[in-house]
Amino acid sequence: MLKDLTIGQFFPAKSPLHRMDPRAKLLLLIVYIVFIFIAGNPFSLGLMTLSVAAVLLLSRVPLKIYLKNIKSIWVIVLLTALLNALYVDEGALLCKFWMIQITAGGVQRAVFMAVRIVLLILTSAVLTYTTTPTALTDAIERLLSPLRFVGLGTAVHTMAMMMTIALRFIPTLIEETEKIMNAQKARGADMESGGLMKRVKALLPVLIPLLVSSFRRAYDLAEAMECRCYNGGKGRQRMTQLRFGRVDLVCALLSIAVCTGAVVLNIFL
Amino acid sequence: MENIIEVKNISFAYCEDEQNKTSILQDFSLNIEKGSFTAILGHNGSGKSTLAKLLNGLNKPDSGQVLIEGADSADPAHELEARRKVGMVFQNPDNQLVATIVEEDVAFGPENLGFPPAEIRRRVDEALKAVRMYEYRTHAPHKLSGGQKQRIAIAGIIAMEPACIVLDEPTAMLDPRGRAEVMETVRRLNREKGVTIVLITHYMDEAAAADRVVVMDTGKIVLDGPPKEVFSQAETVKRAGLDLPQPTELAYELKKAGIDLPDGIISTEECVAALTGALREE
Repeated sequence: MLKDLTIGQFFPAKSPLHRMDPRAKLLLLIVYIVFIFIAGNPFSLGLMTLSVAAVLLLSRVPLKIYLKNIKSIWVIVLLTALLNALYVDEGALLCKFWMIQITAGGVQRAVFMAVRIVLLILTSAVLTYTTTPTALTDAIERLLSPLRFVGLGTAVHTMAMMMTIALRFIPTLIEETEKIMNAQKARGADMESGGLMKRVKALLPVLIPLLVSSFRRAYDLAEAMECRCYNGGKGRQRMTQLRFGRVDLVCALLSIAVCTGAVVLNIFL
Repeated sequence: MENIIEVKNISFAYCEDEQNKTSILQDFSLNIEKGSFTAILGHNGSGKSTLAKLLNGLNKPDSGQVLIEGADSADPAHELEARRKVGMVFQNPDNQLVATIVEEDVAFGPENLGFPPAEIRRRVDEALKAVRMYEYRTHAPHKLSGGQKQRIAIAGIIAMEPACIVLDEPTAMLDPRGRAEVMETVRRLNREKGVTIVLITHYMDEAAAADRVVVMDTGKIVLDGPPKEVFSQAETVKRAGLDLPQPTELAYELKKAGIDLPDGIISTEECVAALTGALREE
């Protein structure tokens, strides 16, 4: 049951986006997020929306899965839109009701905000669906690697190593939690009834053995890593070299075109 | 034959504090020949796991020397080289795997050693083929069986191309099938690739497959020789807190009961042959 859990949200498929260099994807995501907020009129935001839609289709991940993401945040979207509609006092008055007044400018701002949040979620989802957590960690490590010039090289490597190990051990620890829970249940522990406080207390006999065994695992792993000549990333080379390829170039150029288009529409319309 | 590891008169103790020292090994010596398959047997607390960690410099002896191809493992200048030459596989396969993808895990050792990417790729592919796990190279380790995970751990060591592999109870947490898989892999590496194997175990049938069996008890070697010789010293083996392999045990008991059987029976086949022989004589 819990064992089948996939780490992260990676959705395996064969698409140009899956083949892209994770560094390029990460950087383009940041550019896109910036431009989603720069796009200031319906035309430029419309262009951004269209391009995001194109990216979603290109990813070959079923749209249903993207919709699930939106479903989980619609309350936030609605709330933000509502607040914007109520507080922005701009343009023609549409209706007034006691202390509340809604203006045309407010409505526009509300729609803009809602669209932006949705786009933000969707573009980030594209990254996590098309990139494995390992590739993502790797990309972050390599993008941050220039920090070694200011003496932060080890820190960057350590962070990335920690992320990799965490990803590796999540399923192992989940499996172990299940085992401990079953063992405690067999000893008569009751974890499913009672109020919140009682349930939290019932979790203690699970958490303590889990913590203790995690320390033992950490110790074992450290020894095994030492045996495999790990010495904190000094002189470490990587097997898979990330290469900025043709897919990346095409995607980058397309993104630049879209963003320039958005700026042009912003200025001239 | 040339020795790959020479343990010279070492002593080792775990310090709890200044006064309380638990001495594990005292004036202990052992040589491991290049290309050999040595099994080290001993019950819990006999010092065999401590010895394992001394063999690649993970533990440093308090006195004496551990020489790996002639170089002192305690010398910081040889530390990395010692670990590369003497690979170590531990009991729990889960606690040895670092990465979320099989091939990336196998690449961990060579990556640390700083080889060029193409060379790492070659070593990883070769190591995965050597343990017959090549077709699983893009799988996630947590979805594999215990025996498969242990084979990946072995591949991770082989990818460093060590001259010797020390396995510390590699089958203790595996089911019978996983045990058979791992033992088959270890034996094949020894025969086909000429890798020196030091297998630490408390399973007698695994030790019976080695060329040499060393029995340890309270930090000392009590028996040392080919399996046939060692297991014919039934009394000493039992005194060290160990069981005999089942066929040997059967022959031993029958002989005590007055039935004439030859010495040095360690495999089921030998036992069957000896018993049919004895029955025919009757």
